[in-house]
Amino acid sequence: MARFTPHTEADLEEMLGAIGVESLDDLFADVSPKHEGELKLPPPLSEHEALADVNELAKRNAAGLPVFVGAGAYDRIIPSAISAIIGRGEFLTSYTPYQPEVSQGHLQVVFEFQSVISELTGLEVSNASVYDGSNAVAEAALMTARLTKRDPKVAVSKGLNPRYREVVETYGVEVVELPFDGGTTDFSEVPEDVSGVFVQSPNFYGIVEDVEAASKAAHGVEALCVAVCDPISLAVLESPGALGADVAVGETQPMGIPLTYGGPYAGYMATKKEFVRQLPGRIAGETIDEEGRLAYVLTLRGREQDIRRAKANSNICTNQALTALSATVYAALLGPEGMSEVAELSASKAHYLADRLQASGIWLRYPDAPFLWEFAVEFDDVEQVNAALLESGIVGGLDLGDGAMLVAVTEKRTKKELDAFVEVVANAL
Amino acid sequence: MPFNLIRDKGREGRRGYTLPGFDVEKIELSTALPEKALRSEKPHLAEVDEPTAIRHYTNLSRQNWGIDTNFYPLGSCTMKHNPRANEQAAATPGFAGLHPHQPEEQTQGALQVMHELQGFLAEISGLPAVSLQPMAGAQGELTSILMIRKFFEDAGDHGRTTVIVPETAHGTNPATASMASFKAVEVGLDEHGCVDVDELRAMVDETTAALMITNPNTCGVFERNIKEISDVLHEAGAFLYMDGANMNANLGRMRAADAGVDVMHFNLHKTFSTPHGGGGPGSGAIACSDALAPFRPDPVVEKRADGFALVRPEKSIGRMAAFHGNFGQILRAWNYIKMHGPELKDVTDMAVLNANYVRAKLGGTYRVPYDELCKHEVLVQPPKGKKALDIAKGLIDHGFHPPTIYFPLVVKEAMLIEPTETESKETLDDFVGAMLELAETEPEELEAAPTHAPTRRLDETRAARQLKARW
Repeated sequence: MARFTPHTEADLEEMLGAIGVESLDDLFADVSPKHEGELKLPPPLSEHEALADVNELAKRNAAGLPVFVGAGAYDRIIPSAISAIIGRGEFLTSYTPYQPEVSQGHLQVVFEFQSVISELTGLEVSNASVYDGSNAVAEAALMTARLTKRDPKVAVSKGLNPRYREVVETYGVEVVELPFDGGTTDFSEVPEDVSGVFVQSPNFYGIVEDVEAASKAAHGVEALCVAVCDPISLAVLESPGALGADVAVGETQPMGIPLTYGGPYAGYMATKKEFVRQLPGRIAGETIDEEGRLAYVLTLRGREQDIRRAKANSNICTNQALTALSATVYAALLGPEGMSEVAELSASKAHYLADRLQASGIWLRYPDAPFLWEFAVEFDDVEQVNAALLESGIVGGLDLGDGAMLVAVTEKRTKKELDAFVEVVANAL
Repeated sequence: MPFNLIRDKGREGRRGYTLPGFDVEKIELSTALPEKALRSEKPHLAEVDEPTAIRHYTNLSRQNWGIDTNFYPLGSCTMKHNPRANEQAAATPGFAGLHPHQPEEQTQGALQVMHELQGFLAEISGLPAVSLQPMAGAQGELTSILMIRKFFEDAGDHGRTTVIVPETAHGTNPATASMASFKAVEVGLDEHGCVDVDELRAMVDETTAALMITNPNTCGVFERNIKEISDVLHEAGAFLYMDGANMNANLGRMRAADAGVDVMHFNLHKTFSTPHGGGGPGSGAIACSDALAPFRPDPVVEKRADGFALVRPEKSIGRMAAFHGNFGQILRAWNYIKMHGPELKDVTDMAVLNANYVRAKLGGTYRVPYDELCKHEVLVQPPKGKKALDIAKGLIDHGFHPPTIYFPLVVKEAMLIEPTETESKETLDDFVGAMLELAETEPEELEAAPTHAPTRRLDETRAARQLKARW
C-alpha cells in the first residue's frame, strides 16, 4: 500500500463491494492499452531514507558560500517570519480561490500583493503574479500588441536581461535592438511599427536607465512603454508610473524568496487602469457579501482561459501564489524604510567593492554610468578569476563571455567578504 | 469576517525587521544617481512590527481552507495530501541557497535531481525525452504546442494551421492553441463523453497540427479509443498531445507512449503532491517522443563522463523561463516519487477506487451522466430542480470544500468530484452523507448557504463594475 493512503484490507473489501467489482484490476477494465508489469523505478524509500539522499546530494552543491552573482536572482536576507507564514497549511495546501467564501485569507493576500506592486510601480492595477520575471516581460510584450492592435514587435536593448529577451522570442514576439552605448540605451530612434518599447532599470549591467526617455520614445510612435524593474530598487528609484511607463513588470524574487536554483519565484505585472482588461492572469478585487461585509473575490474573469477559452488574454491558470505571499509578507516586515535601507546597504557595499577593485587597477566596463548594486568588471580570463574565488570559498560573478564579469552585491555581503573578494581577484591577476 | 488590511495596522516609523548596520561607508544615492532618477514620494506600504505582521497573516490563513483543514475534492486539481518531507527537502540549505547562475560544477547535486526526475517521468509516460522547465501545466501545454509548431517549420510544412480540442477540454487547451498562433477547433463527443472518433476522422487533414486530449477526460472517463485516435492523427502527419492534468488516474496502469501520445505535460503539483500554494507555484514538466526531443526548451540535463550538464537541445524552441523551471517543485516531486517507487500504481488504484466509491454512493440520488467506471474523478449533476452552485455552497456549511462546478461545459450543472487517494473511507462517507442531505434540502435554505463560512455569498458583479484592486 502506498505511503499516504489510509485504506485497510477491510476498507478495500467494503468499497469494492459497494462499487460492485471484485478487484482493483476490475476498476481499469476500460483502460486500453494497459500497462502490464511494474514501473521500473527505484524501490520505495522511507521518509528518513529519502531525506538522507536529499542531504547527500545537497553536499554536491556549492551552496552557503558568499554569492557575488546576480543577473536576475539575488542572494538577499530573508526574514524568518516569512517561512512561518507560507508554511501555514491553510495557505500552503489551498488552491485557486474559486470558492471565495472559504478563501478570504488568500484573496486578501492577493489584494495586498497587488497593492504593494501598485505602490512600488506607481501604476493603478496589478495582477496576482505570473511565473517569473521573464514571463512577465513576455506577457507584457503580448499585451502591448493587443493594446496597440499591432503585431507583437518590441524594441529592446542589450540592457534587457538576455534571458528575458530569449523568453520574449520563444513567445513569438519580434525583437528589434536599440543602440546601447556606455552602459545605457539610446532611445532617440525607435521604429514606428513596434507595439512596445522596453526599458530595464537598473538594466542588466546594473545601471539606472532613463525611463522617461523610453516612455517618450514609445509614445512618439504610439506604442506602449514597458519598464522592467527590480522591486527593491523601486523603494529608492522614481516609480515607472511617474516616469510615464504604461506597464511595469519584473521579478519579485529579491523580496524574501530563496534562490532555490532558479525557482519558484514570482513575476509581477502592473499597468494603468485603462489597460486592465488586457492584463493576463488573476486579479483580486474588493466587494461585499450578502450582509454588506467587505470581502475579496477574483474579478474581471472574462479575460481568463477558463471563461474565454481560445480568446483569452493568456493561457495562464496556476501562477505563483505562495511565492507572491512571501513577497507580500516581506513588504510588510521591511516597510518602505526597510526596503529603502536594503537598497542603500546594497548600493553602498557595491560601490565600496567597485572603488576598491578600481584602486587595485581593475577596470569597470562602464565607469561613468550610474549603478546601484551590480556592475561589470573587465578581466582577461573570467573563468580563472572565478576559479580562484571558488578556491577561497566565494562564488564569483556571471561570466559575460566577452572578457567581463557581472558582479552583484547585496546587503547580505559583509565588508570582510568584500575585502576577501578584492584580495583574491588582485592576486589572481 | 474581513480583516483590516496590513497597511491599516501600522504607524509611520514602525519596523518589522532589523537589518545589519552599515560596515562600509554609506553612500548618498542623491550623489551616486541623477536626481530625477530618485523617488519623489515613498511608496505607501505597511509599517508594522513583526508580531503584528505574524498575527495578521496567521489570522488571514484562518480564513482559508486547504487540504490540511478540510476535504477538498476539487475536480481536475488533484488535491491530495502534501507530505511534509517534501517541504523539508526543499528547505535544505544546499538547495535553497543555490544560485541558478552558478556553474555546473557547483550544482551537481541539483542537476542529478533533475536528471533522475527526467528519468522517472520518462518511465512513467514511456516517452523517452523530458523537459522540466515549464512552470505550470498551462506552460507545459504551450511548450508542447510550440515544439509541434517548430517541428513543422523545421520540416518545411507550413500548412498546419489548426489544433483540435475536445468540447470537454480545459480552457487552457484552446487558449494555448491560440497563444501558439494556431486556430483551435472543437471535436464533439460520443455517448461515453469521449472524443467522437468518426467526427475526428472527418476533421483531420493536412492542416491539422495536433489534437490536445485529456486522458482520462474531464468527465472522468478513460478515452478508450485513444490508440485509434493517435492512428488517425499519425496517418495525417499530425501529433497527439496529452494534457496530463489527470495523470493521477494513470500511474502504472497506462503509459502515454503505448497509446500513441507524442508529447504530454505533467502537473507535478497535482500528480506528485507538491503543494498548490493557493494557486501556484506549479510545475509543468513535459515528456515527448524522439521525433520531438530536439525541439525541447533550453535547457535539459544530460549525464556526461565528467558529470551532469545543462544542454540546449539541437533545435530548441528556446527558453520558457529565465532559469531551469520551478526547481523547488522539481525537488519535491522527485522526493515524492522516491518515497513511492513502483508503488505509484497504488496511488492511482486508491484514487480510482475512491472516485468510484463516491460514484456508487451518490448514484441514484445524483445524476451520473456517464454512469460507468470512472477514473480518478466522477462527474455528477444535482437532482432535478437543484443547482450545482447551491449544493456547492451548502457543502461549505458541512465543512467540505466544494468540487469543481460548471465544468466541463458540456454537462449542465456539472459537479466534478476528485477525492484523491489520500482520503479515508470515513471522510468519503461523511462527504456522501452531506451530499445526500443537500439533495433533500429545501431550495430556499440552500440558496442562503453558506451561513457558517467567513463570508456569505459575494457580489461578484460589483467587484467587476466598481473595480478596486489595491489599497
